[in-house]
Amino acid sequence: MTSVTDVSPARPAFRLTRALQGLERLVVPALLIAGWEAFARSGVLPPALLPAPSAVLHALGDWVFGFDETTQTYSGHWLRDALASALRVFGGFALASLLGILAGVAIGWSRLFEKTLEPTLQMLRPIPPVSWIPLAIIWFGIADKPAIFLVFLGAFFPVLMNTIHGVKTVDHNLVRAGAMMGANQRQMLTDIVLPAALPSIFAGLRIAVGSAWMLTVTAEMVAVKSGLGYVLWDSYYFLRYDIVLAAMISIGLLGYLSDLGLKAIMAHTLRWQQTTTVQGRAG
Amino acid sequence: MAAIELRNIVKVFSDKRRGRDLLTLDNINLDIEANDFVCLLGPSGCGKSTLLNIIAGFEQATSGRTLVDGRQVLQPGSDRGVVFQQPTLMPWLTAIDNIAFHLKLKGVGKSERHDRAIEFIDLVGLRGFEHHHPSEMSGGMNQRVGIARALLMNPSVILMDEPFAALDAQTKLEMQEELVAIWQKRRCTIVFVTHSVDEALVLGNKIVVMTKRPGRIREAVNFDLPRPRDITSPEFNDAKRRILSLIREESTRLAQAS
Repeated sequence: MTSVTDVSPARPAFRLTRALQGLERLVVPALLIAGWEAFARSGVLPPALLPAPSAVLHALGDWVFGFDETTQTYSGHWLRDALASALRVFGGFALASLLGILAGVAIGWSRLFEKTLEPTLQMLRPIPPVSWIPLAIIWFGIADKPAIFLVFLGAFFPVLMNTIHGVKTVDHNLVRAGAMMGANQRQMLTDIVLPAALPSIFAGLRIAVGSAWMLTVTAEMVAVKSGLGYVLWDSYYFLRYDIVLAAMISIGLLGYLSDLGLKAIMAHTLRWQQTTTVQGRAG
Repeated sequence: MAAIELRNIVKVFSDKRRGRDLLTLDNINLDIEANDFVCLLGPSGCGKSTLLNIIAGFEQATSGRTLVDGRQVLQPGSDRGVVFQQPTLMPWLTAIDNIAFHLKLKGVGKSERHDRAIEFIDLVGLRGFEHHHPSEMSGGMNQRVGIARALLMNPSVILMDEPFAALDAQTKLEMQEELVAIWQKRRCTIVFVTHSVDEALVLGNKIVVMTKRPGRIREAVNFDLPRPRDITSPEFNDAKRRILSLIREESTRLAQAS
């Protein structure tokens, strides 16, 4: 009985329960993957049509590291493909964020912009971004530009809608307090309305980054000759379903990482808000 | 010249949904002298907050003139510090940045802002909490920040709209005492809106009793009981009885009319 841990036998037990709880979450995915592996190996379907998880992992490994050229021309080229897609996502997303926030603040703050700009934008909003592909190809040719344009279309509206909402729901008394302290119109927007709308704007950005990944793959299937989406579609033509699945996993992973990055930026920028949420939950 | 002059203020709100107009303030005339602590006392819905908003410049009177230091009020401005019913702080700023927000808007550098704001942190007793965000402080502490924020602008008048209404009884008493101490120390003009007779009598040296809709001034009573005021003293109770009888007369008159 010398150390503190010795006198509290509850602790190791607690740690064990927590470890078990962590395992609980893995049960369903592990069963699914095991079942899929068993089914694929049973030979009911030809392996070309339903690759086993092990085969998918193999393809992904070769695509990334290029150890045995099972993915042929793609072997070892994953980084190049992922980077090509990521750049398109980043380009379109950055453009959509900038214009979406600018237009959203203008529409949310000023009646004039609301009346003149909003009806047009709201009419464009229901048009699926994918339906712009023919025009995008005519306008921008087959390269990065049409893909960035499609990503922009998909990411712009979530940012716009959430920014408008955020600006419109700014506490009226904060604006009054700003006026009382002598804020001019520009300061009212930059020092009060914009920071107050940031939580909404970030919600929009998070939806937008998801849309951006969805659309870059769509664009790459038809308008570009590089990137994860292109590899996916090209492998489909060669009936390489293991690569198709490896591409799907790659996109899911990169989309998830983008969201994690955005969440980290959000947590840092909105750290004044965190305590509110915690207290709100506790109370 | 009085610090605040209200001349024939009328405010009509148009209720568009019901297609009728609501007379909220009916011909208000009032002079408030410099360094007065005036309490606007009235039941809810009597237009006392509307009157305060008109002085602040948040709302425009339908007719009549509002003068602060001889200048007509046309819009909000830092010559009139406002303390809101809710603290209404910028939630993304720390206490000291909220207090110094007026200086930031004027383009004063960060270190000078903090140097000047720290005096007000001390004045409202928040030393040690200057880098806390509003969400990390209690309602009373946030309201202290709101008061310090108004004081830092060194306004000619401070307008307070039931700032202690949301606080618990004990914090309310503390804050009332502190406010009186600040007022005595800094010699400023305060217009304080309240519906509590006790609060008006503890704070004000002039109590303006307002009538219920449409808002009119029933009577302006000077009240010079020495401070600190003992709320159990006979003098305090006499004054309370007088104010209450003014209010009661008013409600009997209203009851008979309806």
